Amino acid sequence: MSTTETFHPPINQRLKSAGLWLATFLLMIIMCVPGLWVVLSAFRPNSEILAKPPVWIPQNLTLDNFRKIFGLGSEQIGLPVGSYFMNSVIIAATSTFIALVIGMAGGYAFARYRFAGKGGIFLGLMLFRAVPGIALSLPVFMIWSKLGLIDTKLGLVIVYVSLNVPFTIWLIDGFFRQIPLALSEAAQVDGCTRWQAFWKIEFPLARSGIAAAGVFAFLTSWNEFALASQLTRSTDSKTLPVGLLDFTAQFTIDWAGMCAMAVIIIIPALALTFLVQKHLIAGLTFGGVKG
Amino acid sequence: MAEIALKGVMKAYGKFLVVHGVDLDIAHEEFVVLVGPSGCGKSTTLRMIAGLENISGGTISIGDRIVNDLPPRKRNISMVFQNYALYPHMNVRENLGFGLKIAGMAPAEVEQRVNEAAGILSLSSLMDRTPAELSGGQRQRVAMGRAIVRHPDVFLFDEPLSNLDAKLRGQMRAEIKKLHQKVKTTVVYVTHDQVEAMTLADRIVVMRDGRIEQAGAPMEVFNRPRTTFVATFIGSPPMNMLPGKINAGAVQLADGSSIPIPERLKAKTETGQEVVLGIRPDDISPVGHGLSQDGSGATLRLTVELSEPLGMESLLYTRIAGQEVQAKLYGPRLVKPGETLDFRLALDRAHLFDTTSGLSLEAA
Repeated sequence: MSTTETFHPPINQRLKSAGLWLATFLLMIIMCVPGLWVVLSAFRPNSEILAKPPVWIPQNLTLDNFRKIFGLGSEQIGLPVGSYFMNSVIIAATSTFIALVIGMAGGYAFARYRFAGKGGIFLGLMLFRAVPGIALSLPVFMIWSKLGLIDTKLGLVIVYVSLNVPFTIWLIDGFFRQIPLALSEAAQVDGCTRWQAFWKIEFPLARSGIAAAGVFAFLTSWNEFALASQLTRSTDSKTLPVGLLDFTAQFTIDWAGMCAMAVIIIIPALALTFLVQKHLIAGLTFGGVKG
Repeated sequence: MAEIALKGVMKAYGKFLVVHGVDLDIAHEEFVVLVGPSGCGKSTTLRMIAGLENISGGTISIGDRIVNDLPPRKRNISMVFQNYALYPHMNVRENLGFGLKIAGMAPAEVEQRVNEAAGILSLSSLMDRTPAELSGGQRQRVAMGRAIVRHPDVFLFDEPLSNLDAKLRGQMRAEIKKLHQKVKTTVVYVTHDQVEAMTLADRIVVMRDGRIEQAGAPMEVFNRPRTTFVATFIGSPPMNMLPGKINAGAVQLADGSSIPIPERLKAKTETGQEVVLGIRPDDISPVGHGLSQDGSGATLRLTVELSEPLGMESLLYTRIAGQEVQAKLYGPRLVKPGETLDFRLALDRAHLFDTTSGLSLEAA
């Protein structure tokens, strides 16, 4: 007789779980195929991309599309991808940093302090968040042109900060709310100033939330197309998503080049998400205080 | 020396006064327990001593310094919170050493102090665990360790045992008492549990609605409650309260029956005065099962409505003048509901309170 026993769930439960797996798998496929197609197309010649019937399994993979857009190969299309990339990095990173600083200060204030008009201000921020950015494009364009901010990085940074701040405040507020006030009080009794208690206790515990807010803010700025296409003109400020339009000519679209550029846009966003994913897992505060 | 003095301390939230001018002097190395029901202002008072709440009026001094405007870190106090408040991202060693590190103490000395505290509280084997990996009792000990490691002038405890189960609460209560004997420091301890208050305190301060109702040694508060509130709050099960009127040297109850006035209180009553007779369940027992028959007393024949056997004693529910009364029966004898017994009332330990003021006639 065996000393260990294995538990066999009833057959209908196993069927149910298998069905669930299958449904999840199918859903994932449907969601991934367009992305996969973009990535595959970035490594294939135009002829294979446009072939009919479609070629699902790539026959010859090549880096030519990347060489081409960076102006390195024999066939050059002379797009300033390097400038677009730098513009995107500078604009997204700066606006994310500013949105995070404001978000941390604002989120902490909403979570910890009582002040007049608190509810109204918070509601206002959330309502602002509900307005689609594109609806603001015309007024923003007119004001920016008066201020000379059209086609400047600063112009886009200001727009993205104001788009992101309501969201970062809302998310970070939620994370600070989860951290019991007693922890900050214990730190103050232990000899900390309010500021030290924040940096040494509350900030590390809210790190996952702040990282999540940062990733979302960065991705919003990095991927934004509608407003950037209105407010930028030249290599001084054009970002990568706007740069994608350069691949369309009057009669042709360079699908291969466009896909290669799309991959360049995707990679940093993906890398960032992977880097901070361990911080994205909340629940660090569990155990410090009895729930 | 770390005596604490509260003079006319008040706390208001907006227009609402929650602590009404509390006066209290706590001696060096004294263990004082603030006890009272929820919302009586005991925690607020403690938090004002800690510096976690602003003081709306009056002064608080620790040692010879008035600390009203000092932040918590400058008061040289430490505090154990109800929910432990351990830093979740630090292990036990880091939790214990955090305050010393902030104070800029040399690492070697931090280590020595942390180890000393860990030794006192048997935490040495848990030093590398995070709070999430500890049981409730262990977390509580770490919280106490974090308090003693800094050698503060004053320990403040804010209902530290209320999250523990009954058995552990008993153990930790004993540990806190031992700790105080080892580390002689002034302690202010807040609880709503009168058993904790009785067992731990050098002095109990009973609070109600933001005021001190009575302050005194545990047995003094138990034996000579100043008001009906203290009488019913301290002691478990609570004191039985029988309203009546003084008439011909006896307390006449609602149904016309009367119980003699305790001998020592006779001089303090006047005929026609509305009073409440208070008598603890321990002082009402079936004849032959607990109280001796001498001294002043009365014997009443009562019907038991409910019996709760607790092992060596039973709690009996009966009625005097229509009012439910609890009595104690000592010795393992089973009593059935409906049984009628002669109960002895030890009137020399009974109390009389004025109905309108609620004050004990003894104090008057």
